[in-house]
Amino acid sequence: MSGTFVGMPAFPAAAREALSDAQLRRNLAHATSTIRAKRAAVVGEVDEWEELRLAGAAIKDNVLHHLDEHLLRLERSLTERGATVHWARDAAEACEIVASIARQHDADEVVKVKSMATQEIGLNEALAAHGITAWETDLAELIVQLGDDLPSHILVPAIHRNRAEIREIFRERMAAAGRPAPENLSDVPRELAAAARLHLREKFLRAKVAVSGANFAIAETGTLVVVESEGNGRMCLTLPEVLVSVVGIEKILPAWSDLDVFLQLLPRSSTGERMNPYTSMWSGGTEGQEAHVVLLDNGRTRALADEVGRQALRCIRCSACLNVCPVYERTGGHAYGSVYPGPIGAILNPLLRGVGVDEQTDSLPYASSLCGACFEVCPVRIDIPEVLVHLRSQVVDAHRAGPPKGEAVAMKSAAWVLSGARRLSWAERGMGVAGRVLNRLGRKVMPGGRRALGRLPWPGSLWSNARDVPAPPAESFRARWRREGRR
Amino acid sequence: MRVAVQVTCINDAMFPDTGEAVFTLLRRLGVAADFPAAQTCCAQPMVNTGYLDEAVPVVRNFVDAFAGYDAIVTPSGSCAGSVRHQHAMVARRSGDDRLAEAVAQTSPKVYELTEFLVDVLGVTDVGAYFPHRVTYHPTCHSLRMLGVGDRPLRLLRAVRGIDLVELPAANECCGFGGTFAVKNAETSTAMGADKARHVLGTGAEVLVAGDNSCLLHIGGLLSRQRTGVRVMHLAEVLARTEDA
Repeated sequence: MSGTFVGMPAFPAAAREALSDAQLRRNLAHATSTIRAKRAAVVGEVDEWEELRLAGAAIKDNVLHHLDEHLLRLERSLTERGATVHWARDAAEACEIVASIARQHDADEVVKVKSMATQEIGLNEALAAHGITAWETDLAELIVQLGDDLPSHILVPAIHRNRAEIREIFRERMAAAGRPAPENLSDVPRELAAAARLHLREKFLRAKVAVSGANFAIAETGTLVVVESEGNGRMCLTLPEVLVSVVGIEKILPAWSDLDVFLQLLPRSSTGERMNPYTSMWSGGTEGQEAHVVLLDNGRTRALADEVGRQALRCIRCSACLNVCPVYERTGGHAYGSVYPGPIGAILNPLLRGVGVDEQTDSLPYASSLCGACFEVCPVRIDIPEVLVHLRSQVVDAHRAGPPKGEAVAMKSAAWVLSGARRLSWAERGMGVAGRVLNRLGRKVMPGGRRALGRLPWPGSLWSNARDVPAPPAESFRARWRREGRR
Repeated sequence: MRVAVQVTCINDAMFPDTGEAVFTLLRRLGVAADFPAAQTCCAQPMVNTGYLDEAVPVVRNFVDAFAGYDAIVTPSGSCAGSVRHQHAMVARRSGDDRLAEAVAQTSPKVYELTEFLVDVLGVTDVGAYFPHRVTYHPTCHSLRMLGVGDRPLRLLRAVRGIDLVELPAANECCGFGGTFAVKNAETSTAMGADKARHVLGTGAEVLVAGDNSCLLHIGGLLSRQRTGVRVMHLAEVLARTEDA
C-alpha cells in the first residue's frame, strides 16, 4: 500500500506519460463514454433539471455564506444525539484523532467506506504509521489498494484498469491481505465481484472500528448520509462497534428537506442512475455503537475566503465533470497528482493548497482547454472555466515578483502590441514581409492553396511539431482596408 | 443602426479573407458596416493565460474603438464570449470605474456573426452557393459560452448546392484552447487528432467552423497528416455566391 501522490510531476509531464499508454487511453475512453451516455439519458428525463441545479447551488451557497452558524448547529444536533464531535484544522490533526480513537479500542485494523475526505488527508498511510491497517471495502478502492496503486477517478477509482488487469491483481495480491482469490478465477465481472465479496466479508465481521466519510451532513437533525452502490458501506456503518466519520465542513445541508434536491442531483450525475441502490442515514450513535464525527477543514476555509473560487465548495463529488472532460479522458486521473482529478481537481487542489507553493499545483489551472463541458454538466452549477481563469491569474500574480519567465515576457509584449492599433499595424507589417519570404520558401501547400511554414524553432515547435502552420498573408486585413481607402 | 465589425486579431493578421467575407456578406444583406481602425484584440489571449493586468489596456482599447456603435459583429464565438464574459472581470480588476462603465455599455452590443444574422437581421438564407461536401464543427465557446445553438447549421442548410454531413462527436473540444495548445501540447494534439479522425470519417472536402483559431489547430493537423481536407471559416462559405 505504497501509492502516494506526493512528489508527482507537474501536469504537462504527467500527462505526456499517460498519453503514451495506449491501454490506459482505451480503458478511459470506453469507461467515460459509457457513463456519459448513461448520465445524459437519465438527466434528459427530468424536465426541471435546470431548476434542480439552481436549487442545489442556492442551498450550498447558503451553507457557505453562513458556514459558522450551520457548523455550530450541526455540532449541537450531533452531540444531542450521542455522537462525539471533533474538529480538525488539517490532515495531520484529523489523522491523529482517528488513530487515537482506534488505539483507545485496541484496534490494529479498521474497515473503510469509500471516502474522498479520508483519501485527501492520507488517512491509510497515517494509520499505518501507528501500526493500524485500514482496509478499503469499496470494490474499486480495493482494487486500487491491492494493486499498490493510486485512485484515478472520484467515483470509479480503478477506472484506468480493465478486468484482465483486475483479475491479475486479485490473484497475486489478495492472499497477502486476507482471504485469497479462488482458484481458476476468470475475468468475468460477476466472478471478480464474488471474489471481492468473500474476501471482504471476513473483514466486515472482524473489524471493531469503521471509518466513513459522508455525502451530506444535515445540520437540523445531526444526520449523516452515505450514498453508495455496493452495500459494503452499510456493512461498515452498521457492524463495527465504533464508527468514525470524517466529514469536510462544506458537506452540510441545513435541513432534512434539502435532501430532496440532492438525492435527485447526485445519482443521476454520478452513476447515471435514477436512484442509487443504498442510501444510509444515521443520526448520532445508534444502539450499541459509539459514533465519532471529525469535522475537517484542511484548506476549506482558505477556499471559502476566495470570492470567485468558493463556489468549488458546492461540489458534491459526483464526478460528472471528469466523465465529460476531453482532457481527463486522454490523460486519466493520475496526471492531476491528487485524489481530486479532472476539472474539479484542477480548481479544488489549488484552492485547498494555495497557489505559488509548488509547480505541480500551479500547473493544474492550466490543465484545461476551457471548453466548458464541465460547467454544463455540473449539478450544482460550479462555473469551473471561470474559476480556472481566476486561478490562472493568481498563479501569474504569485510569480510577478520573481524573475520574469519567457511566457510573462511574451504576454507583456503581446499586450503592448495589442493595446494600440498603430503598434499592431507595425507588427503585422513585419509579419507581412516575413510572409512574403516564407511564402516563397514554404514547399508544402496546404489544402485551400496556402503555403505552410516548416517546423519552427522552440517555442514555436510546441505548435509545429504536430501541426502545419500557414504562412502569414502578405497583407493584413487592416492594411488592405487602408490601402483601398474604404472610408 | 451603426454596425461595426470586429475583425479579431488572428483574422486581421492571419486570415484577412475572413474579415473580407464578413463585409461582403453584410453588404449583400444591406448592412453598411464600419471597420473601426483603432481596434486590435479582445484581450482573450492574456485573460485566459492569467495575465489580467496586461489585459487592461487591451480592453480599454477595445471599448474606445467600438464606442458609439449599436452593434459590433465578430466572426468568432470565442472573442464574442470573451467580451461578454471577461471584460467586466478585467475592468473590475483595474479598479477604474469609468472603464467598468464603458465595458457595461459595449459588451452587450457584441454579436457573434451567426447571432447577428439570425437574431438581428432575421435571415437564415443569406443567398450563398457552395457546391461542396461540408461538415461543421461547433467551437466550444460559441456552443457553451454563447449558446449559439443551431444558428450556424440553419445558415449552412440554406446554402445552395451544399452537401452538409454530420460530424461525429461534434460537441467535443478540438483541443486548441489558446495557450493550452502549447502549454499542454501533447494533450492538445491528442484531442485534435481525434477531431481530425472524425472529420476524415465524414468524407467531407471542407471543415467549417465559426472560429479560425480552432481551424488553425484542426487544419494544421489535417494538413500535416496530408488528408487533403480543407478548413474554412463559416463566413467565407456564407459569402460565396454563384458569381464569386
